[in-house]
Amino acid sequence: MYPEEYHYTKDHEWIKVENDEVVVGITDFAQKQLGDVVYVELPQVGAVFEFHQSLGVIESVKAVSDIYSPLSGEVIAINEELDGSPEMVNEDPHGKGWIIRLKLRDETEIEKLMSVSDYERFLEGLED
Amino acid sequence: MKTTKLYSSQKKLGAKMIEFFGWEMPVEFSGIIEEHMAVRTKAGLFDVSHMGEILISGKQALDFVQYLTPNNAARLTPDKAQYTALTTPKGTFIDDMLVYCLDEDKYLCVVNAANSDKDYEWILSHKSDFDVSVENQSDSYTQLALQGREAEAILQSLTGINLEGMKTFKTARGSVAGVGALVSRTGYTGEDGFEIYTQSENPEKIWDALLEEGKTRGLLPIGLGARDTLRLEATLMLYGNDIDETTTVLEAGLGWLVKFKKGDFLGREVLLKQKEEGLRRKIVGFEILGRGIARPHYSVFINGEKVSEVNSGSYSPYLKKSIGLTYLPIEHTEEGTELDVEIRGHLVKAKVIALPFYKRDY
Repeated sequence: MYPEEYHYTKDHEWIKVENDEVVVGITDFAQKQLGDVVYVELPQVGAVFEFHQSLGVIESVKAVSDIYSPLSGEVIAINEELDGSPEMVNEDPHGKGWIIRLKLRDETEIEKLMSVSDYERFLEGLED
Repeated sequence: MKTTKLYSSQKKLGAKMIEFFGWEMPVEFSGIIEEHMAVRTKAGLFDVSHMGEILISGKQALDFVQYLTPNNAARLTPDKAQYTALTTPKGTFIDDMLVYCLDEDKYLCVVNAANSDKDYEWILSHKSDFDVSVENQSDSYTQLALQGREAEAILQSLTGINLEGMKTFKTARGSVAGVGALVSRTGYTGEDGFEIYTQSENPEKIWDALLEEGKTRGLLPIGLGARDTLRLEATLMLYGNDIDETTTVLEAGLGWLVKFKKGDFLGREVLLKQKEEGLRRKIVGFEILGRGIARPHYSVFINGEKVSEVNSGSYSPYLKKSIGLTYLPIEHTEEGTELDVEIRGHLVKAKVIALPFYKRDY
């Protein structure tokens, strides 16, 4: 279910590291909690975010949810297809439903993220 | 938390549960949009057993209902239900409800789950000299709603009640899937459909049979999430969002259910005065023209001045846009009036549009 090579946060984001860049999305757990996503509000390319700053918003039919920056860095791409097809966040959360690509400011921040096994244990804890 | 008799049937179907005013209820099964569209195009089945049922009976039951409510209960017969309200002396809402005439001197009020205790206390506190007894029967009733254009065909195969000639707001008693029930052609979705009440200990027989029978007709189980988006598109008021003890029946656009000629009732004087003098504000529908979704309590501006807050507001799965309701000063209620809704710190353009947002075409 959750890709082995990704990193994860307690805000239910996944992070795929590619050299000094990362791709960020929300996890399958997060999209299930949100329900049908109908709108994703994203920042401009070039915007800079600190760790855990709100970088955008996901709206489902029932709820509004912040997307927090899992690391510090600069936005170098956003998933523009989400504008016309926000449902991709539900249909393929770990792939085509990616949200944003960041250029990292401090690669050591990656060490603070959870591994897949940590994240799965974290989810089990939530279900109790 | 309270659960309905269908709790385990719903868990088995994979329902996602939420707390709703003390009840653990399904918010969605397969997803709000899919469920919403199933009801609009085929059919959906809802468990709404959390709703309250208060029985008013006795020699003066009709007089008492007439006193408590603005609609004319004298027009009810044992095969009819009526949409009405419990009103305060100020003409505002204690609750909105359906009243069923069960018998000449027996009236069943079907009220919102969130209000059932408050309503019961309200009704008791006004009983004074009326020769009636009032009973809160909420715990004994299971209520299902079968809604959508396929509803009649699905239900007809499980009941001897003749549904074909049954008009909106008509009721009938009979057996549904072998279980005794009261059936009415009513609902809260904007579609044709039925509400089914039973005091049986085995209401899952009806639930299961309807789901099985509806399989080939596209029937889905529906949660409270889609119930809310469906009723908003159809512009059916939600207590606590759109109507409450601060909004009058006329302001809420429900003047059609106020029957001044029937005689006295709680709030009549104020409502009559309001009607004669004209409303200062009323509820309107709007659509968001820019990006984002209007949610309850977001601020509404006209020409830079805050004029109101959003009451109900949501993404509309059928119309595929963001819609909402708000109370505006009467001079700004015309269709086409430009508004701004504040969405997370930004003013987003919106405009007043005609109600209802959605009307069925069959």
